[in-house]
Amino acid sequence: MKILLRNARIIDPIANIDGLSDIFIVDGYIQEMGMSLGGNPVNYEINLNGKLVVPGLFDMHTHLREPGFEYKEDIASGIGAAANGGFTAIAAMPNTDPVVDSADVVKYVLDRAKQSGLVNVYQIAAITEGRKGERLSEMRDLVEAGAVAFSDDGSAVMSSHIMRLALEYSSMLGTTIIQHCEDHNLTKYGSANESAQTIRYGLKTQHPLAEELVLSRDIKMLKAFGGKYHATHLSTAESVAEVRRAKKEGLPITCDVTPHHLFLDDTILSSYDSDYKVNPPLRTSEDRAALIEGLKDGTIDAIASDHAPHALHEKEVEFDAAPFGMIGLETTVGAVMTKLYNERVLGLFDMVRLLSIAPRRILGIPLPSLTRGAKAEISIIDPEMEWKVDVDRFKSKSRNTGFKGWKFKGAPVGTINGEKFYFSERLV
Amino acid sequence: MAEGITNLLGLRELEPGSIVEILDTARTFREVLERPIKKVPTLQGTTVVNLFFESSTRTRISFELAERRLSADVVNFTTSASSVSKGETLKDTARNIEAMKTDVVVIRHSSTGAPHFLSRLLKSPVINAGDGINEHPTQGLLDMFTMREKFGDLKGLHVCIVGDIAHSRVARSNIFGLSKLGAHVAVCGPKTLIPAHIDQLGVKIFYDIDEAIKWADILNVLRIQLEREAGGDFPSIREYRLYWGVNRHRLEKSGKSIVIMHPGPINRGVELDADIADGDASLILEQVTNGVAIRMAVLYLTGVKPS
Repeated sequence: MKILLRNARIIDPIANIDGLSDIFIVDGYIQEMGMSLGGNPVNYEINLNGKLVVPGLFDMHTHLREPGFEYKEDIASGIGAAANGGFTAIAAMPNTDPVVDSADVVKYVLDRAKQSGLVNVYQIAAITEGRKGERLSEMRDLVEAGAVAFSDDGSAVMSSHIMRLALEYSSMLGTTIIQHCEDHNLTKYGSANESAQTIRYGLKTQHPLAEELVLSRDIKMLKAFGGKYHATHLSTAESVAEVRRAKKEGLPITCDVTPHHLFLDDTILSSYDSDYKVNPPLRTSEDRAALIEGLKDGTIDAIASDHAPHALHEKEVEFDAAPFGMIGLETTVGAVMTKLYNERVLGLFDMVRLLSIAPRRILGIPLPSLTRGAKAEISIIDPEMEWKVDVDRFKSKSRNTGFKGWKFKGAPVGTINGEKFYFSERLV
Repeated sequence: MAEGITNLLGLRELEPGSIVEILDTARTFREVLERPIKKVPTLQGTTVVNLFFESSTRTRISFELAERRLSADVVNFTTSASSVSKGETLKDTARNIEAMKTDVVVIRHSSTGAPHFLSRLLKSPVINAGDGINEHPTQGLLDMFTMREKFGDLKGLHVCIVGDIAHSRVARSNIFGLSKLGAHVAVCGPKTLIPAHIDQLGVKIFYDIDEAIKWADILNVLRIQLEREAGGDFPSIREYRLYWGVNRHRLEKSGKSIVIMHPGPINRGVELDADIADGDASLILEQVTNGVAIRMAVLYLTGVKPS
């Protein structure tokens, strides 16, 4: 298989490259780069006319729902959504049924994912058995089976004792603990942010401190017990400030934010549309501004979608009865290109750092290289394309997005991952 | 007929002019209720469905009386939200009933936003008879109607709502409605029953009932849900009664006359003593009568099809 991409704008912050080049890919490897390549017969030749070619994007927080909840999403449809969203690699959270807390389940997921090969799927395993927060899972065996990190995502590890054990045991393995920061005693049944806005809507709320308390406890524990720690889907201004302080102290802490926490705020709950019911809840516009500040100054390492598919019948219910979460694999690049790149908040190197490099570094996964001889793992982005989010065109099985109907400028148009490739209808 | 009032989801969503229109319309129906024959043909041929997913006696009876006095056909569907969640979804229940060619839906539900959700799914007008901890707009309207009848104008009136503000849809509808028509609103209760940020709604906060009494023309006393004590939201019913209970001693000590209201049902001897509830200053039974008139007005304004 020979693919020739002409006039690609290569964006590679590691090699400090931002420039036009042709790329000639043969059997999944970059055979040649440079201007005006040609002469050889090829299977596909595409003139990108300056569209971006970046090291394959990586979404480090997704829910593929298989095994157990295949009606929401499965590994195959999740991979389809990822490729359509511009990702060559994703990490899946372990809150499936059964929970990914044993080597067998890790192997099952990885085997299923390999059958596709279009997107590299990495598995995050549970910190505790059954995600119950009571006993450590067989962490070493899970790493042997291929797990790249640990998380009880959906729940926090509430017990400080278990958290200590998790940090100590995982530090021996060099594996990151990913925390869903939430003090469940404080959030109780709240599903909306407790704020000066949501007081108008009469929803059961949770205080932002629920996130911050667990985060600041964990930072103290990280200092005392070691380990590598990542706080996922941070949502409040104070959380960003906490991480900033911890990083200044030199602690091995990283964090990510979701596009919905970056670009939506809690005023949108006035409609009681359960697509906006997420956990942590959408916060205030001040929190949003602090998250963006955190992206700009490097406090926040990565953007991850927290792609959380739910079937229509589960979301099309009264607000309290709806499950938390929205999907994001197919809107993340559009949202980020629109609101961060095209509105000149961040540059292209920043974007690639947030969506490709940092997630791999956090999880200890080798970076794709845009050099001759390297395996081709690239994402192609049209930074100018204007498009409207149409849930019926999603490859995901689910439709629960808070970005429905949004107009984006900047679109993922294709991915190449070794011998597999996906060219969106937007490209051809 | 009002162009603007197609649903009654909450007083937050309603324009001040629409609130006044409902209150004015209710006065006409209030007069009907004094006639020997209390029935008018206004909604003849219209079918109203009362969807009650939460137990309620007085609100349901009040709606049903209002519907019957407007000559509507009435269908009642009463169940608990928990039993429904095991089977049919709210969407299916509502759409199936609508498919039987009903015209107006009245809904009470334990989830905030359930009426808003239904209003997006149904063609029929939706009337909120209480949703979660959000709003109980017809209660808010009947309270306002009762106050207006007593004082003539709501503007400048001092109304203090006493009790569990955090979990009260009555409190929230009172706050939205009264503020829109120019009344001054305060809330009073233990801090754990007053939600953070409530000041954003323009209300004054009292933790001391005697200060609230000094300030207010009207106390709208809320039912203390006994299960809140079990939940630990405040120390005990005993302590609540001692420090926030409205009784003769407190009212006399203030040296002023003050009007007492309560949405019912009353925990006599807890939030309100029996002699006060039944005394001259109490408008509680007026509220109940006015409730029927308000619901007739709302049904009329939302339910009469343009001819």
